[in-house]
Amino acid sequence: MSVEIKVGMADLNVCVSPDRICTLGLGSCVGIALRDPVTKIGGLAHIMLPDSTTIRNNSNIPKFADTGIEELVKQVTRRGANRSRLVAKIAGGAQMFGFNSNSEMVRVGERNVQATKKKLAELKIPILAEDTGKNFGRTVIFYPETGDFVIRAVGKQEYKI
Amino acid sequence: MGEINLDEMSNEYFDVLRELGNIGAGNATTALAQMMQCKVDMSVPKVQLLEFKELGEAMVGEETVMAGIYLGIEGDIKGSIMFLLEKAAAKHLVGKLMGMESEGEEFSEMEFSALKEVGNIITGSYLNSLSSITNLAIYPSVPDLTVDMAGAILSVPAIEFAALGDRMLMIQTQFFDEMVLDGYFILIPDLDSYGRMLAALGINV
Repeated sequence: MSVEIKVGMADLNVCVSPDRICTLGLGSCVGIALRDPVTKIGGLAHIMLPDSTTIRNNSNIPKFADTGIEELVKQVTRRGANRSRLVAKIAGGAQMFGFNSNSEMVRVGERNVQATKKKLAELKIPILAEDTGKNFGRTVIFYPETGDFVIRAVGKQEYKI
Repeated sequence: MGEINLDEMSNEYFDVLRELGNIGAGNATTALAQMMQCKVDMSVPKVQLLEFKELGEAMVGEETVMAGIYLGIEGDIKGSIMFLLEKAAAKHLVGKLMGMESEGEEFSEMEFSALKEVGNIITGSYLNSLSSITNLAIYPSVPDLTVDMAGAILSVPAIEFAALGDRMLMIQTQFFDEMVLDGYFILIPDLDSYGRMLAALGINV
């Protein structure tokens, strides 16, 4: 029997085939799935903010794109994934409202996506697929067995990337 | 003025914020009753300081479709406020307001703008009471409305709280007319505004 591992906001976890791992209702946050296709060991992070270095209170590692991705890489490799084989899929980073009171927070979704891509590039982890931006929330389910990243959104047919 | 730390908030601060939430939600209920021209009751609001991980579960579940009204605030208190309502409750409210049963799953353009107005009035009266208790100026912006998964809507205020700490303050209020309407208020003042709000109430920060 395979189980479904749930990842919350500002949270991350490792998942090994045949299990699956999901996070519900991604808005401006970004979900980053990593996978080693050979060992079929993967993981998922749900980050909220782009950059830990610009925030004083930054001890919550999974909250930020930079520290969260680093930690996820650490945890999947510790579980047995090969660092050099890791590939990524990303989703989320929507702009849920047309305006925002705090100008710095405008387009935080977009900034989360940019920071995620920058960190993955820095770590030389290729992005195989992405479903980011736009203005709707997404639930994502990642299957380390196949590498499928299944996306559910309100009023849309379920799809995978 | 000292800094407020939401992760290590004292009981005294929490009680004050809870009371502000109570009064605000009470005012919002009165406004709602006037608008609907019927009696609307309100339960005692539940004020919670939640970790991000617990957010979705504390409400009705991350994937529940909700209507979220969000607006920015300027003035002595800066930040933003959000009001969330389950989709079915939102449909019920708008239907009643427009004097007809709403048809279909989706909101029509007319229903959408009526809902925006409902949200505007509810959040407006909430902010009004906050402003008169504290004697601080609060100017709300034009509201924006979205209908989507609870988790996705909540990510917006959560991200604003995330820049300050690891928890979010949420006020849950149940309204009743013929049915139970679960509403959630989320007030997101910036850190300086917390201090100003508490100081205005004579609490040393």
